[in-house]
Order: sequence, then C-alpha cells, then structure tokens
Amino acid sequence: MIKDLFNKQKPKKKKYATIPTEASKQDVPEGIMQKCPKCKKIMYTKELKKNLNVCMQCGHHHGMTAVERRDSFIDEGTFQEFDAGLTSTNPLNFPGYLEKVDVDKQKTKMNEAVLTGVGRVEGFETVVAIMDANFRMGSMGSVVGEKITRAIEEAGRRGVPFIIFTASGGARMQEGVLSLMQMAKTSVALKRFSENGGLIISVMTHPTTGGVSASFASLGDYNFAEPGALIGFAGRRIIEQTIHEKLPEDFQTAEFLLKHGQLDAVIHRHEMKEKIAFLLDIHQQGGELA
Amino acid sequence: MIGLEFEKPVLELKGKIAELKEFTSTSDVDLTEEIEKLEQRLKKLEKDIYESMTPWDRVQMARHPERPTTLDYIGYLFTDFMELHGDRLFGDDGAIVGGVAKYHGMPVTVIGHQRGRDTKENIKRTFGMPHPEGYRKALRLMNQAVKFKRPIICLIDTKGAYPGKAAEERGQSEAIAKNLFEMAGMEVPVICIVIGEGGSGGALALGIGDKLFMLENSTYSVISPEGAAALLWKDAAQAKRAAETMKITAGDLKELGVIDAIIPEVSGGAHRNVAQQAALIDQTLKPALEELLQLSVPELLGERYMKYKQIGEYTL
Ligand SMILES: [Zn+2]
Repeated sequence: MIKDLFNKQKPKKKKYATIPTEASKQDVPEGIMQKCPKCKKIMYTKELKKNLNVCMQCGHHHGMTAVERRDSFIDEGTFQEFDAGLTSTNPLNFPGYLEKVDVDKQKTKMNEAVLTGVGRVEGFETVVAIMDANFRMGSMGSVVGEKITRAIEEAGRRGVPFIIFTASGGARMQEGVLSLMQMAKTSVALKRFSENGGLIISVMTHPTTGGVSASFASLGDYNFAEPGALIGFAGRRIIEQTIHEKLPEDFQTAEFLLKHGQLDAVIHRHEMKEKIAFLLDIHQQGGELA
Repeated sequence: MIGLEFEKPVLELKGKIAELKEFTSTSDVDLTEEIEKLEQRLKKLEKDIYESMTPWDRVQMARHPERPTTLDYIGYLFTDFMELHGDRLFGDDGAIVGGVAKYHGMPVTVIGHQRGRDTKENIKRTFGMPHPEGYRKALRLMNQAVKFKRPIICLIDTKGAYPGKAAEERGQSEAIAKNLFEMAGMEVPVICIVIGEGGSGGALALGIGDKLFMLENSTYSVISPEGAAALLWKDAAQAKRAAETMKITAGDLKELGVIDAIIPEVSGGAHRNVAQQAALIDQTLKPALEELLQLSVPELLGERYMKYKQIGEYTL
C-alpha cells in the first residue's frame, strides 16, 4: 500500500513539465516551468509558488513543502523550531535505510518528515507540526512520532492549541513495529492533551493515508482537509483487489470524506489561515456577552 | 408573498390599497384620504385576524413555505458562523446544521433542523427530517461545546425524524434516545427554541435544555395533526379538529408548563420580517443566557433535572 503511493509519486518528471517544444526552443531550464497534473496547463513555477502552489487555471492543490506551508500559515518572523537535531537510527539494521534518509535530508534540508515549532497565527500563539511528503513520503518513524509527541506536550505546557498539517504515506516500513507504535504514542499524548482541555486542529493534505490517517490526523476537535486531497486507510488497489469492484472516481478524496461524515469542512488553501485563525479566536478564554 | 386561507381578507385589502396608491401616483385624482381610511381599516383587520388565530391557523403558519429556517436566523442572530459537518461515523445529514459562532461576542455552538427553501434543497435536506447521522452530528458538536465550555443553542424545526428503511437500519431510535440522555448532562447552558414545527421525538432530540422557548406561531406535538386524526378518528381529513384537541400551540404548551416562555412574532408571521423576528428572539434569548451563565455546573444540572421532573399530570 505504501509502495503503491510511492510508485505513484515517484516519477518526479510527471510533476514537472516535460518541457514543451516551444519552451525547449527558448531553452527554458528544467524546473522553471511546471505542468498541472489535473488540467495539464504549463505554468511558471515561480507564479505557481506565489499562488501557494494552487493551479491558477483549475484550482488543483499541488504539494507544498513543510517550509512553504509554514511560511504561508505562520505570521512572519514568529516561528521557533523545536527539535531540529533529532535524527533517525536504524533499529532493524535495514540495509540502505540511513542512506536513503540522508538523501532526503540533503534534498529537503530537513532532519525528518515533520517540522515542529511554535509560532503565531494572526497573533494567536500556536504549536504546529507540519509534515512533508517529500521526505520518505512523509512516512512515520520514531523521529516523526517523537517530534510530534514533544510538540503536543509543549502545546500542553504552554496552554496553546496544537495544529497539525498531515501529509504521509503511512508507516515507515524500515522501522517495523516501532513505526506502528508511533500511532499509539502520538494518540496517547493527544488524549492527555485533550483531557486537559487542549484544542486540536488537524488539516489533512495530500496524501494522508495509512497509519497517519488512522491516528493523529483523525483525532482533531476539528478535522479539515484541502480540496482533492487523498485521504484513506487502505490503498485503492488493495481494496479493489479484495472486493473485486471498481471504486468510484472520487473515492478517498477530501470531498468523499466530507460526504461520508468524516470531515468538518474542506478548506481552500487560500482561506486556510483565515478560517483557522477564526477558530482560534472562538477558542480564546473568557468570552462574555457584550 | 404566499397567503394562507384565514388571512385572505387582510391580503385582499392590502392589494386594494396598493392598487389605489398606484392609481394616485399615475393620475390626477387624489385618493390620499381614501387610502388613509383603508389603511386604518387594515390595521384593525390585521389585529382582529392575527390575534384570534385558531390552532389550525397556527399549524399553517408554522408550515408556511416562506417561514424563516435555522440558517436564516443564524444569519441575523450570530456573527462569524462556521458550519461544521459530519458525524464522523457515516455521513453528513443536511437536515441538521450546526457549527460555531459568536453571539453578542461570546463563542457558542448552534445547532438546528434545516428545511430546504425549494424542492431541490428539500430533497438534499430530506425536508428537514433527520436521519441518525444528523442526530449524531448534533451530539458530536454538543460534546465539543462542553469540552470548550461554550453554551449550546438549538433551533427546532422538523416534521419529525425521517421515516425510512436506512434510518431504522442505522438506529434512528438509538440516535434520538442517546441525545435525550446526553443532553441531560451537558455541563454548559443549553437553550432550545422551537421556530417552526416541533414534530415529536425528532424534534425532542434537539430539545433537552435549561430553557425551552417557542415562537408564537410554532407548534410542538407528539404527532402531526394529520397523524393524530388518522389514529383517533381513522380520518386524516379531521386534522383541523385534531389540532384543536391535541394542545400543540405555544400558548397550550405554556399552560401545560412544558415551555418557559413564548417569543412573540411579527404581525402576520415570522416570514413577514426575518430581521425583526430575529430581534424578537434575541430579546428573549439574551437575558435567558445571561441568567444561566450565573449558575455553577451542579446548579445548572440540578435545575435542568427538576425542569423535566416536574412535567406531567397525575393524581394520587
Ligand atoms: Zn490545473
């Protein structure tokens, strides 16, 4: 199931435009242009980024790195990162695991698949955890679990909300059952935080699947998602093979989940900060009838 | 504006006045005096007719196709409403809407039955008749309100829970029962207002609270007048008679000690002026909430318990 996703995502060239002939003639270097996988429009990467990676033509929400997400969501200059030094070991002595981690570290300039820290959202102090699908498919190993758990605890100590943006293929296979247990560890931490009145907001972004969808991603007081995000437990192909049925086109999309009662709302990326800031405001202490 | 049978004389007179006004403005003949006279007559006629409405008239008013719905009132009573969807179990029932909002600056959770304004929307919202997932969404939002210490405001407007196969399969009875049970223990103020039809258990499932109010022309009953007539006299056509017998108007329920107060309506019904009607609701809602916010949680739950304990009539 993880593999399915991985394979789907892997052909990077699909994401970047196969440079059209006119463009090639003008000698446009690779990466400057990008092709929308949904409407096939080719556009400048720079302009797409300015639009928070939302396709200008069809509204398709392209992926975002954790850093891009942070910059789009947290008030400028207010972010302090937590645990930037935590790094994976190789508990199962899985051949080549740490090398792969190292490659992704170089590629993403992150220590692991989640960025955690404290910052302000339209002035409201908040602890955030932002997953990055470019790092080992956003899979959850010991470091991801530990960073998220520490972030939840820090939100508890500070008495501020905990917001998580999820993007994950699920478990980190190379860490075996320790990966599975991160679902338990993070959920236990959320339970204590919640019992003490803590506010949890989960925003599921593309893709949120497997063990992450079956733990903290689904445990928000408010569960939101970005339009078109793939969200589900089991992979589409496995389900089709098991039930011998063709699944509907919109199966496991954010909109599908909304219809089936699993989400409070689907929120466009351009409105994300505003809507969540509204909720943070609703949850300020000591409201009085004016 | 769609008119009801009993208010026909009012509407006819209104039409005549409008005609004369039109005539005056487009011709040399001055009918101002005549119009004034008619307007005075209209005032008296409105008073006579709308102040002596029969229970059946009120049933018609409560079912008026233009009667304001939950979302209409939310727009006027609250600021910053954010709708929240889904029961996290099976689906998102359009027959119940809910979310967070601010009421006079205070965060609250608001939930209500939602009818459609046209056929298409009515089909989507199953005519405001909820399935179990609607009640479960409501309960989820109420539990969330308790966690974050927000008062809960419920607007009631349904013919009843949806009578269907799927609804039964998913546990319509259990969903309603669970709401009655859990609402008894919500550790925040709960205020319920019947804004249209209060149809049986499907209405009650949003109706256990510290204060229960009814709009003047709303109804609240164990069964629809048509249903009652069919059961009692084997004749649904006797609905009018059933409406008189069953004691279903706001006045009746006040007398029976079931509701705390009647919220007056705009003359001619809430749909004549939604903004004004919302202001009338506000005049009752705000002081009630202020009063409840003074109470400690044990006081609140104790009083809620006694409120329901005292309902019923019997003799030794
Ligand atoms: Zn596009």
